[in-house]
Amino acid sequence: MADRTPRGHALNVEMRGLTKSFGPTPALNAVDLTVRNGEFLAILGPSGSGKTSLLRVLAGLEFAESGTIAIGGRAMEGVPARERGVGFVFQNYALFRHMTVARNIAFGLEIRPRRLRPRAHEIRDRVASLLDLMGIGDLGGRYPDQLSGGQRQRVALARALAIEPALLLLDEPFGALDAKVRKTLRVWLKDLHDRIGLTSIFVTHDQAEAMEMADRVAVMREGRIEQVDTPDHLYLEPASAFVHEFLGEAIRLDCVVADGVARFPGLPSAVLPTSCRPGAAIALIRPYEIGFIVRPGPAHVVSVHANGPLKRVRLLIGGVGIEVLSPAEGWTPVVGENCDLELSKARVYPI
Amino acid sequence: MTLPSRRSALPGFSLTLGITVVWLSLIVLLPLTLLALRPWTLGLEGVWHSVTEPRVLAALRLSFGIAALAAAVNMPLGLLVAWVMVRYRFPLRNLADSLIDMPLALPTAVAGIALTALFAPRGWIGALLLPLGIRVAYTPLGIFVALVFVGLPFMVRTLEPVIMDMPRDAEEAAATLGATRRQTLLRVVLPALTPALLAGFGAAFGRGIGEYGSVIFIAGNMPMVSEIAPLLILIRLEQLNYAGAAALALVMLLASFAVFLGLNVLRARLRSRA
Repeated sequence: MADRTPRGHALNVEMRGLTKSFGPTPALNAVDLTVRNGEFLAILGPSGSGKTSLLRVLAGLEFAESGTIAIGGRAMEGVPARERGVGFVFQNYALFRHMTVARNIAFGLEIRPRRLRPRAHEIRDRVASLLDLMGIGDLGGRYPDQLSGGQRQRVALARALAIEPALLLLDEPFGALDAKVRKTLRVWLKDLHDRIGLTSIFVTHDQAEAMEMADRVAVMREGRIEQVDTPDHLYLEPASAFVHEFLGEAIRLDCVVADGVARFPGLPSAVLPTSCRPGAAIALIRPYEIGFIVRPGPAHVVSVHANGPLKRVRLLIGGVGIEVLSPAEGWTPVVGENCDLELSKARVYPI
Repeated sequence: MTLPSRRSALPGFSLTLGITVVWLSLIVLLPLTLLALRPWTLGLEGVWHSVTEPRVLAALRLSFGIAALAAAVNMPLGLLVAWVMVRYRFPLRNLADSLIDMPLALPTAVAGIALTALFAPRGWIGALLLPLGIRVAYTPLGIFVALVFVGLPFMVRTLEPVIMDMPRDAEEAAATLGATRRQTLLRVVLPALTPALLAGFGAAFGRGIGEYGSVIFIAGNMPMVSEIAPLLILIRLEQLNYAGAAALALVMLLASFAVFLGLNVLRARLRSRA
């Protein structure tokens, strides 16, 4: 099995200053991004953040107004989509409905000029091994309309891999699938990537998907890349309030920075050293990063709910409600009483 | 065939089916039956003679031949128009869109007179073509022009919804897989549109065989040269030769039926693959 796995020559990708606009709003705003050989990179962002535009510009389906792209050191300026050797898996798969699965997969090989086209039996063998690799060996004779969403996804992937692309691009690869199939395919796709070692970029708006699968994640917002990092670093050291909030639930507290520390209006005991510039700022902290200090303080306990290994504690601080997660075995606040909070894990960002 | 169970979403299955059957019988089957029975007062041999006269054969050849030719020409033409209407946004697109329907909305006689005026030897286009030795009005070429004119909306309106429905990313997928524009057109776009092209051909062809008003003005109606079969039926009716008219009508009916059956079989075969 392993020896039949198609191995592309993984290439790196360099994007410099890519800018593109739709009307007055920039879809891409001076995007710089480097993707390493064999890397599995996620582009994560809310809808309208420019992530799909970036993918389409890479594939040559759209063109940036300025900036450069190099794939494996080769400049892509003026190179049309059909000559880029980039595999693209579309969100809705874009299978050819009048062709069987096998013909779909063979398409990219059969249309080559005669001198570059593999022999008929070689094409047949390649299609068969791709069908096996995708775990759909017996579906070659079916038409796309006869397949489930997950099966179509695999056919689309096989079709893109058949041309032995230097780079694989996937646009919301699980967007059209239901939650259960999505979970299985995630693991499968990650595994497949590790086996064929192809440089791959996928776009998603689902942070869990990006964090689980990717080697590195690029977070996009309004046509810009906010941060590129490994999932761990991204989660522990978000570079901006946007990244912090996009990657998971966060509690937002207003604060004021002066003399290198942040102070909180309703929480006199919390004093946080920060490098943030002086003035009004916000502090973000994950619900489970807040600690309790057992002494009377400004936090009024509204309710306590045990929830498996964690308990949910609702608090009021100066009229603002927050919800804290803390380990079930720790100190349990008493409803109706007051306590103090420990915020040393909060991150402070300028407004 | 199985009848739907009692709990159907639509009430009154027997009532609706009953009305459908009665309606189809009254509107379609009854007249056709009468038509099929009418000619035989001439006797078998009489019917045979009446439909194998050289003038009749020439008219049938002309009607079917030119209708097929016009419908065939309307395939690429209609595809082009439908493609532009669906895929591009341009100024006055709405106006262009309603102009497509004009050949259908116009009384056919109006279309016939307008085309004749345009293509007559002294008309705007006719005068330009005359020095080249091309005569359009009062020749079979005139019939062809009229049938292309009335057939185009059928082709365009049949193709538009299918093109609208066709996922655009299939063409992009072909491009990323290395296909040239020509390969994308021939291998991805046209195969997806073939059933609709056949349906449009059928509709334009059917209209072409029966077209009367717009044709007779421009055709010149010379027996053996530019006389269409529907006109010949009318001539026989005017001569009170009802059985002869019905015999010719029956032949046209059978021939049209054969053509449509063939087209439907072809489309069904294409669909069963997908």
